[in-house]
Amino acid sequence: MSVKMRRTVMERESIKSFWKQSVPLMERTGSGEKLVLADLLEPVKTSSSLSLATVKKQLNRVKSKKTVELPLHKEEIERIHREVAFNKTSQVLSKWDPIVLKNRQAKQLVFPLEKEQSAFAPIEHVLSGWTARTPLEQEVFNLLHKNKQPVTDPLLTPMEKASLKAMSLEEAKMRRAELQRARALQSYYEARARREKKIKSKRYHKIVKKEKAKRALKAFEQLRKVNPAAALEELKKIEKARMMERMSLKHQNSGKWAKSKAIMAKYDLEARQAMQEQLAKNKELTQKLQVASESEEEERGAEETEELLVPDVVNEVQMNPDGPNPWMLRSCTRDIKEAEAHEDPEELPDPVAHEVSESEGDERPVAEEEILLKEVEERRSLRRRSELSQDAEPVGSQETKDSSSQEVLSELRALSQKFKKNHQSRKPKASSVSTGHQVQREEPALEEEEPLLLQRSKRVQTVEELEELEKEECSQNQEFLRPGLKGQQLERNPNNLPNAPKEKKKKEQMIDLQNLLSTKSPSVKSLAVPTTLEEMDDEEERDQKQMIKEAFAGDDVIRDFLKEKRESMEASKPKDVDLTLPGWGEWGGMGLKPSTKKRRRFLIKAPEGPPRKDKNLPNVIINEKRNIHAAAHQVQVLPYPFTHHSQFERTIQTPIGSTWNTQRAFQKLTTPKVVTKPGHIIKPIKPEDVGYRSSSRSDLSVMQRNPKRLSASHKKQLKKNSVD
Amino acid sequence: METAPKLGRDVPPKKDKLQAKRKKPRRYWEEETAQSAAGASPGPPSNKKRNQELRPQRPKNTHILKKSRISKKLQVPKKPRERKNPESQRSLSGAQDPFPGPAPVPVDVVQKFCRIDKSKKLPRCRSKTRNRLKVAETEEEETSVTAARSELLLAEEPGFLEGEDGEDTAKILQADIVEAVDIASAAKHFDLNLRQFGPYRVNYSRTGRHLAFGGRRGHVAALDWVTKKLMCEINVMEAVRDIRFLHSEALLAVAQNRWLYIYDNQGIELHCIRRCDRVTRLEFLPFHFLLATASETGFLTYLDVSVGKIVAALNARAGRLDVMTQNPYNAVIHLGHSNGTVSLWSPAVKEPLVKILCHRGGVRAVAVDSTGTYMATSGLDHQLKIFDLRGTYQPLRARTLPQGAGHLAFSQRGLLAAGMGDVVNIWAGHGKASLPSLEQPYLTHRLSGPVHGLQFCPFEDVLGLGHSGGITSMLVPGSAEPNFDGLESNPYRSRKQRQEWEVKALLEKVPAELICLDPRALAEVDVISLEQKKKERIERLGYDPEAKTPFQPKPKQKGRSSTASLVKRKRKVMDKEHRDKVRQSLEQQQQQQEQQQQQQHKQEKAKPMRARPSALDRFVR
Repeated sequence: MSVKMRRTVMERESIKSFWKQSVPLMERTGSGEKLVLADLLEPVKTSSSLSLATVKKQLNRVKSKKTVELPLHKEEIERIHREVAFNKTSQVLSKWDPIVLKNRQAKQLVFPLEKEQSAFAPIEHVLSGWTARTPLEQEVFNLLHKNKQPVTDPLLTPMEKASLKAMSLEEAKMRRAELQRARALQSYYEARARREKKIKSKRYHKIVKKEKAKRALKAFEQLRKVNPAAALEELKKIEKARMMERMSLKHQNSGKWAKSKAIMAKYDLEARQAMQEQLAKNKELTQKLQVASESEEEERGAEETEELLVPDVVNEVQMNPDGPNPWMLRSCTRDIKEAEAHEDPEELPDPVAHEVSESEGDERPVAEEEILLKEVEERRSLRRRSELSQDAEPVGSQETKDSSSQEVLSELRALSQKFKKNHQSRKPKASSVSTGHQVQREEPALEEEEPLLLQRSKRVQTVEELEELEKEECSQNQEFLRPGLKGQQLERNPNNLPNAPKEKKKKEQMIDLQNLLSTKSPSVKSLAVPTTLEEMDDEEERDQKQMIKEAFAGDDVIRDFLKEKRESMEASKPKDVDLTLPGWGEWGGMGLKPSTKKRRRFLIKAPEGPPRKDKNLPNVIINEKRNIHAAAHQVQVLPYPFTHHSQFERTIQTPIGSTWNTQRAFQKLTTPKVVTKPGHIIKPIKPEDVGYRSSSRSDLSVMQRNPKRLSASHKKQLKKNSVD
Repeated sequence: METAPKLGRDVPPKKDKLQAKRKKPRRYWEEETAQSAAGASPGPPSNKKRNQELRPQRPKNTHILKKSRISKKLQVPKKPRERKNPESQRSLSGAQDPFPGPAPVPVDVVQKFCRIDKSKKLPRCRSKTRNRLKVAETEEEETSVTAARSELLLAEEPGFLEGEDGEDTAKILQADIVEAVDIASAAKHFDLNLRQFGPYRVNYSRTGRHLAFGGRRGHVAALDWVTKKLMCEINVMEAVRDIRFLHSEALLAVAQNRWLYIYDNQGIELHCIRRCDRVTRLEFLPFHFLLATASETGFLTYLDVSVGKIVAALNARAGRLDVMTQNPYNAVIHLGHSNGTVSLWSPAVKEPLVKILCHRGGVRAVAVDSTGTYMATSGLDHQLKIFDLRGTYQPLRARTLPQGAGHLAFSQRGLLAAGMGDVVNIWAGHGKASLPSLEQPYLTHRLSGPVHGLQFCPFEDVLGLGHSGGITSMLVPGSAEPNFDGLESNPYRSRKQRQEWEVKALLEKVPAELICLDPRALAEVDVISLEQKKKERIERLGYDPEAKTPFQPKPKQKGRSSTASLVKRKRKVMDKEHRDKVRQSLEQQQQQQEQQQQQQHKQEKAKPMRARPSALDRFVR
């Protein structure tokens, strides 16, 4: 405990005591403070001080004694142990979860798991079996043999191999020791150099420098004595180095004076001017002599280098009056370069490349303008195209259709209804007027093709136009029934169409059927047929007679068919359950029937099944019975991850047989789920097989990965366990 | 299922193939290949004749335009892959691959091989399920891409006859065609004069290499019709009603006057099947190894030829059966009846799957095209109709013929041939499996006697006709599929290959019960039994293990969790769910009401207008 803390504690204590003295006991308890036994004894203090101290001591002794907690039940302890053990093992095992998941989802598993190291033979082994065959090869080999170069083993010559083999153990040890020493020495030296380099003392460095200079001088003296020519050269070299050093820009503003001026330059105009002068001088001195033939680019390059070399702060004032911003200048030059670079692609007709180049050079305002223009044009062309497409296929124009066309449509509808009424009134007379008939024919078509009509952008105004339109529809629908000859008028059957209204009466249906069956050909014109009629066999004649007979008995055919259909419909309908008991609650006996009220009450109506498939098809009876034999081959249980049959159906819709697939696809689709190598032991999976190295590390990683597993209660118990 | 077009290897829809084919730039050797192709199929007659021309040549420009658009479209998804590794493409020599990455695949071709119906919306699923679905989708995409790649191997393209402007191709005689085409193709047109043994029924083997024919008066023969090598010729001394090859050309089923007989390719009688008596028509379902027989007694019998058992004998209850055909798409048998109906049968169901009223008079002939989309019928009322078999069963085209067609046949590419008396008319649509337009015949041909049987030869542009005067093989350019699948039906296979194929085909035999209208029903879950099982399980357990657990709010930390607030939250969620339910049911009610109102409205309209309700209305009914 630090001193500060102790002080604060003491202060608090004093305050407490103050309060205890000043505030009555009752109030204190009211404020929620805990009552201590010693406090109660305080009033006793005044009466007998001696006994009080002993009592207090005793009290303290009593307080300091702690009762030992009862040990947990054995079962409890065991449970805790179990839980902890379970947690640990589950953590350890959870590292396998991803692997298990992966294996479950894998298309194919190959056992045994550990792959044998593909014993790739070293190249020399492979080459040893190889012999030279062609004369060229033989020649090469001869050469190699002569020079004792490796023939089959490209790595080591026989000498090297021999030397490798010749090295004994002692030698090797010695060599190793040598190497070790060398390495140690090097490390020492490096450490020393590093240490020296870190020394900051100027004096030390000065001494070192001087020492170096002295040494160099000495060496030079010696050289002069020994070899004067070499010494002279050395001298020259030194001189040149010095000159170079001075010439370099290192010293233009690194001197003491220059540095001080640079600091002052911000505030002092004179200093600034002096500095600029100095810089100008430097420039003058360092400027290269201009040659007449020098190209502009080089000049620019020089400028650039110069600009780069001079710091910005200094140049600011100077450069601004001079001309354009150097950075701007540079960017301009870059632009020019880029333009040059892009000349070639621009020459190509490829528009994409062109666009790219433009977008790259978008710094130029002109290019921007061009791009803008282009965009606008593109948009315009797009719009035009979309308009065209709308004209061509007015599917999208449905929303934008004008009200006028709607008006026309409504008129049309009204008209057609009128016609229909007319026609119905005339129908019983069985004299079909052509107009009425025509419109009646149109009516279902109209109803059906309403959306189509709506989509049409053309205006339809007259009935004739409408007829034309209808004809078009007819041809689209590949309808064949057309009025052939004048006398033989045919009524068009609306039920022909698949979505025809269903609530036709039986009688009408029959009529429809008749229509359906008696159709006329569009054009009775054939090349070869009539001639054969002359030379018919007796058999054919009989056929003909029968045919005529049959043709006139057609109505019976239809009636029979309808009857059959009705019967089958009745048979397929679910039956009602009649629970009436005759004679219950009323008179019973022969000839007495339960009342309708009662019958209605006890009749349980069967739920209506799904609509029949042939409900709207008058000429068809479709059997609704289920094919039980085929159903036996169908899947009857949904496999695991699927919850709805449509999901599973989707996965089995593609056939996997070789009849429907190419050979490769077939093989791929029918790869076995598990492949085992015959004659190999399949061992259980090990951590090494799946890339886990050490078990402890992986355990750790697991712990970090799912800390969720340790719930709050578990943690508590773990703590408890550790305490125990 | 079994007859689902095996697009993986062989027969792609023609149109796409045409486009894919036309993608290649025309080379100087193209002419030669075209001619060699003609050797295989007599389709395009060469340029001798003024009026004959390859159809593909005319719309070439438009097609090329289309193609270029396609290629542009498909390069879009490929681009990123190309850009990904331009550096890695650089070879040692420094030369760059001008076409890096895998070759682009046309999107529409890939789309053709995709089978997962993505239009259906799936209910929400767990992440695990989602992963599985994703895997399935990627697998599908990969396989379809490989399949689209292999389309390149379909080298042949179909030819066609096309008249110069205003000229009718129907006027072109067989002689003209024969004169124009190369020798190999011309040899495919021949006539067999067999006047003695009455009208003939013909049948080609599945590979299109062999032809069997049986005359009414007992003459049965089989020959390799390309080389004209006779395999066997016998007289069964009994009336022959129908003749059919079984799965290979080694076995022949002959419907004779009393019973059904099976002969081998040397004319040796192998079996006499007495359970099939008085058979009038035969059909062989190649993927199920079923021989379907229609008899005079009104029974449709399925005989499994691989084990020799009768799978099913169904009573059609419609009198004598003498019109039968099979739907190659789903192996359903179509029977034509004298009351103008056509019924569709499967051996697994005792009643007809579908009954269609087609004609006023009896049905004389039925034919179904190779994709199972269209059915052509002709009746005693002189009508020829084409029905849509995709659920609606409505007539799409109809036409009255001066003399009703007694025999009908579809070719592999959707041409329709009809035999009327001694005249054969062929109608063509535009492109593969398109509806033949009945306006103008594509070709006509007159025979020396009335037609008794006709069939298009698979993989050869030939129509085989059996008539009272013998057999005629006539050239119909563009009728057959030009590319065959060598593993499935190879016209040039050797005996060894045939035997191997036989074993494989037997191993892949489809059970007879699986014949139903939708061959892809096997890829669906049996929902009814699934639900039944679920219900039983719930009953057994006493609770629904998959039921949604009621919402239980989590207690909040830091003393904010009071029992009251928990209850409040629970209440809130419950109320919300309840509200949703109510809203849904209200919407449903509204819809129903609207429907009812509409119906009422229509009924009111339909009813004659009455002035006002009278007191006597209560006595109505």
